[in-house]
Parts: sequence; structure tokens; C-alpha cells
Amino acid sequence: MSLHSIRLPHQKSSAEAQTAKPILPPKVVISMSQHGGVPCTPLVQVGDEVKTGQLIGSSDAVISAPVHASISGKVTEITDVINIAGKRNTAVVIEASNKQELHESVKPPEVTDRASFIEAVKRSGSVGLGGAGFPTYVKMNYDPNTSSVDTLLINAAECEPYITSDYRAIIESADKLISGIRIIMKYLDIPKACIGIEADKGKAISMLTELCARENGITVKKLPSAYPQGAEKVLIYNVTGRTLKEGELLLSVHCLVMNVSSVIFINDYIKTGVPLIKRRLTLDGNIVNKPINVIVPIGTQLSQLTKPANLRRQPDRVIFGGPMMGSSVYDPEMPIMKTNNAVLFFEGGAASHEPTPCIRCGRCVRACSMNLMPTELESAYDRKDAEALKKLKVNLCMNCGACSYVCPAKRNLSEKNQLAKIFLRNA
Amino acid sequence: MTNYLVEPAPHIKSKITTQKVMLHVIIALFPSVIASTYIYGLRALLMVVICSACCVLLELVFEKITKRPRTINDLSAVVTGILLAFNLPPTLPFYMAVIGSVVAIVAVKQLFGGIGQNFANPAITARIVLMLSFSSYMTTWVKPFYYAMSADAVSAATPLVSEETPELFDLFFAKSGCIGECCNAALILGGIYLICTRIITPVTPIAYIGTVALLTWLTGGDVTGQVLSGGLVLGAFFMATDYATTPIRTNGKLIFAVGCGLLTFVIRNFGSMPEGVSYSILIMNIITPYIDKLTVSHPFGAKKEAKKS
Repeated sequence: MSLHSIRLPHQKSSAEAQTAKPILPPKVVISMSQHGGVPCTPLVQVGDEVKTGQLIGSSDAVISAPVHASISGKVTEITDVINIAGKRNTAVVIEASNKQELHESVKPPEVTDRASFIEAVKRSGSVGLGGAGFPTYVKMNYDPNTSSVDTLLINAAECEPYITSDYRAIIESADKLISGIRIIMKYLDIPKACIGIEADKGKAISMLTELCARENGITVKKLPSAYPQGAEKVLIYNVTGRTLKEGELLLSVHCLVMNVSSVIFINDYIKTGVPLIKRRLTLDGNIVNKPINVIVPIGTQLSQLTKPANLRRQPDRVIFGGPMMGSSVYDPEMPIMKTNNAVLFFEGGAASHEPTPCIRCGRCVRACSMNLMPTELESAYDRKDAEALKKLKVNLCMNCGACSYVCPAKRNLSEKNQLAKIFLRNA
Repeated sequence: MTNYLVEPAPHIKSKITTQKVMLHVIIALFPSVIASTYIYGLRALLMVVICSACCVLLELVFEKITKRPRTINDLSAVVTGILLAFNLPPTLPFYMAVIGSVVAIVAVKQLFGGIGQNFANPAITARIVLMLSFSSYMTTWVKPFYYAMSADAVSAATPLVSEETPELFDLFFAKSGCIGECCNAALILGGIYLICTRIITPVTPIAYIGTVALLTWLTGGDVTGQVLSGGLVLGAFFMATDYATTPIRTNGKLIFAVGCGLLTFVIRNFGSMPEGVSYSILIMNIITPYIDKLTVSHPFGAKKEAKKS
């Protein structure tokens, strides 16, 4: 059985451009909620001088990740911001000083065994950089006596159009990726690793295949470039043939899934001790002159990116993330978070059209990799039928947007599924 | 401060629209329109134009009266009109075609809620209503190129009731019957176009025609004659593939098509009527909601619901 998928235009115009030099914004707005789970509490006060890499937010909660200063400077404000997900949380505002230096605490962690490795990953502030933002150490912190993980699955699919940040990470630091995989395999005692990558990334595939030929237990799996290849359940199924069942944890399929950039970060952290304070972003869209990847400090505001993006005109729409699953940004001062992998600038009105009646063509049904019935889900939501929504398994929808994309009647099917999930939660 | 436009993901959409889907169907029907005009003369073309115009006009007027949003731009009424004309004999009085259009658009399509909501195929239902109302007109056939013949040589029997075995060439390129049925080559060409542009899946026509062929072969009948006669090719490619009135999933489409083939075979061989394609499709249209219920897909990784005792 193969899962349904759709073909998308790739439009990865930034793929062959060397990543631009890191930028230093005049100020950063660092949200205390950069991850899935509990937000951090600020550890600094207005007026404090902070240095790059200094811990500025932490939490005692299990599912959380610490937050660090991404630039050196002075804390000028601790304020409430509304993040990209529409949630209000605390943010620390740092104004850059002339002297940029690393904080004294930044030094390579002492890693000797499994426990010290996981502790180091926890302190690094690492979260899933593919977009989910789940604290990395939580994923690794399973009990090896009761659970077994036999495969470290590296997600290099990058199936969304435009985005090339993972691809550039592979091209520019393939050796670091392999070294990172080795480190994780060693300390977590995982026997094999597999890099799942879409077939259209030929250059990256040949680089990785060459490197892996010299490594034991690391393989490269070429996957069809079909959307949503990078969705966790789809990737696991297509690489290992295992099915992640409804409501079960990743451990049930004996896999640890990590994004390319996350692995490279862990390698760098173990070697240098610099926590997660910057990330690679793809800048693209129909008004970007030269689509490119750029490394920016976490907390850089959107307005600071219009210059490196070299825009032809004022954008009408800006998207954080890919065009399929990313979020529209309304605020030109929205800060970049750990989970952002792209900023897309578009001119022209909405992509959505006025919906017309469903013609029952079945394109959405044949697009859904979870084998759901988007058109029936939509009518179940419209009549607020909680029973039917549960029966049709709206909870399995991962919001990939394939159904909305293919619909000739331009119905917002995937949006309805999200509304249906909220409806069920409140019912 | 200028704010940006916000909308739900996905932020890109495919280029396909309902209007383009219908336009593809119209393009696919075009070779048959040309072939019919050549074979049956300008009267056939006039029938197509009258039916299409009536369907569009009726939809416009109906939506105006009932204050519904105007949908004629989606071109579905044009498709219905062409298909209705294709299901009528070339000599049918025009006012009967107008009555057929009223049945198709008002009674079958709009009264059930418009595009995508009708449970029966409008053109097929209209054909059946006309058949029951004006049986003799609806079963008067003429030979291909009758307009160039002398008056006494004109009338013809459809191949299905005729004693003599027709030539294979004639079955493919010019046979007597309804306007749309006369040139199987043009219909197949249009069908291939629809499959290539992914408007329809090949499952329905292959399973429908295949079932009829298989059953005919098993009972020792004339396979090519049965497949290429009557409205089978037209029905299999253009009527049994209608989105609104057939199952939504591929396995459902297979059940639908095999059911159509079975019924067509039974009606043709054991029924009192010579042709069974329209009735087969209409009957399968009616049980489509049950086929859809029967072929519910199992979501990927979903746990089976515990049965409540």
C-alpha cells in the first residue's frame, strides 16, 4: 500500500545560492515560548547587560526548553507579545551593543554517557527545527530498558515548495550532519540511522551517499518528491514500512525522528557549547530579487529581513514557514523563532478564492495521505456533528493542506479540519 | 504601520477550477459534436446548440427566481446540454428537446440543490422521461448521412435490434442511433483526453465496458457488436463518470461500473427494451450513496472503534 500524495511545483530558487553572512539586527525580541510545551520564565531584568549565549529564560517543567540571548547587549524591555500561533507570551527585548561576545558559560559540555548527553541536549535549548518545535531532549529521554529504538531517522525530505534551509545545511555541512548522527547513535545506543531525502535533491543525495559509504549503519533513502513526504508518519512509513498508530508514541515504531538542521546543531553544540541562538532561514517569494538562505539570531524581527531579502516591492502577504503549512504574518515586527525555517514575501492578493459548491470530484480524497475524507469532514463540521467528526477521524488530520490545494471548488477543507478539532476539544 | 494580509494555510492553490474541469469535458465532447454534424447534418449541431442554450438559460432563470447565487459560469449546464442532445435521436422535434432540458436542469439538477447535489444524472433522466413520453419519436432512427439519401432509404434500426451484422468500420465511425452515439472513434478520443487530463479515472470506462464484454463473451454473444452498439461507449466515458452521481472513492467507482455493466447486459439480453445503458446508469446512480457507505476508507494508522455492546 502506498500513501496518497500530491505533486507540487518545487520553486526552490534559493537551492544553489551560498548561505549569506549572518546578520546582526539592532535589537531582538526573544519569546519565552520558542517550543512545544511550557513557556520559560525570564531570568533577566530590564537594564541587565547580557552576552551572546547567556541563559535568559528557563522552566522547571519537563516539556520545555531553555532560551538564550542571541546577541550581546542590554535588556531594554520585558513585554508581552503575540506570537505567530496567536498566543500571548512574555518576550525579552535586547538592544545590540557595539561589542558582540560570547558569554562565559559557553563552553563545550562534558559528555561521557547517555545521561550526560541528554542533559547537554536539554541545556542547549534544542527543539525540533523542522517546524514542530518539540524539545529534543524529551524525545531522547526514553527508558532504554523498556523501550527500544533501532533507527535514527533523519528527516531531510523538505517537501514544502520554496524552502531550502535544510538542503543548504546538507550541502554546506554534510560532514557535520554525519558527525552529529554518529554522536546521537553513540550516546543513545541506536544501531542504525537512515536519512530520508526527496529524489529531486540530487546533489545532496550524492554527497551523502558518498559520505555514508564510509560509515557503518548510516544509509540514505531516496524518496519520491511528493508532498507531504516530510510529515513524520509519512516519512516513517515510507522509510521503514512501519505505521505509527493513532495516539501512540514514536517509540512504538522504534524510531527517533530528527530534522537535518537539528542534528547539525547538536553536533555543533557538543563541539562548541554555543546554544540554539541562531538559525538558517530561506528568504523567497514572488517579490524577492535573489532568493537566498541567511543565518539570523533568534528574535530577529521581520522588518530586519526585508533588506537581506532584497525586495522589489512592499509585500502584501508574508508567510513564516512553507506555503502549504506556514502561517500568515500580520505584524511587520514579528520576531523569528527557533522553529522558523523560511520567510516568504508575496505581492498580490489572497491565494484563496471564494469557495464554490463541492462537485464531489474526489480529488481531496485521493490527496489525503492519512486516507481521510476531507469533503465529508467539511460537511460534518458545517452541521456541527461531533459524532461524525470523531468517526471520520478528524484528529488524524495533520493540516498538510493537500486537500485545500487540489480542490477545484477552492473550498478551505484543511482550515475546516482545524476548526473541527477546536470544536471537538470544546464540545 | 502597515499590516499584512492574513489567510489560512495553504497559501498556494492548484490552478484547477470547477470551470476548467467542465471546459475539459466540453473539449472532450467536441470531436463527437463534429462527427455527429458530419454524419447527421446541421440538424444534429442545431440540437446540441438548442439543448445547451436551453440548459444555461433555464439555470440562469431558476437561480434568479429562487435568489440563488449564479452558477452558469461554471459551465456545468453546457455539459448537461451537450450530453442531453447526445442522448436524443437526430430527428426529434426541437420542442421535445426543450422539454428534456427542463427536466434535466430544473427537475433533476436545481430542485435537488444545484451542482454536485443531484443524485441522478440530469441528461440520462431527461432522456428516460422523453422516452416514456414520446416513445415513437425517441425510437425513430435514421441512417448515417440520411440527409443525402432519398426519402425511402432513410429510416434505420439501431444495430442492437437489427438482424444483419453491421460492419466493424461502421460501428467505429458512423452508425445509426442517438446524436452522440454515432461515432465511437470520436467518443473514445474524447475519453482518452479526459483520462490524460486526469478529469476521470480509467477505472469506470474500463470496468463498465469490460463487464459487458466479458459477460457477452461468456454467453457466446457478439462481443464487438455489443460493446460498440447503442450508447455503451458514450455512457461509459461520459455518463458513468459524472462526479455528482457516482461514488467518490475508486473502489466505489469500480463497484458502480461493474454494476452498470451487469445491468446493461441483463437489460439488453433479457429485458423488453433493446437498450439498457441509460437505465443501468440511473439505477446505479440511485444506489450510489449506499456504495459510498459501503466503501468507507480506513484512515492511516486509525484504531478501530471499540464496538459498543
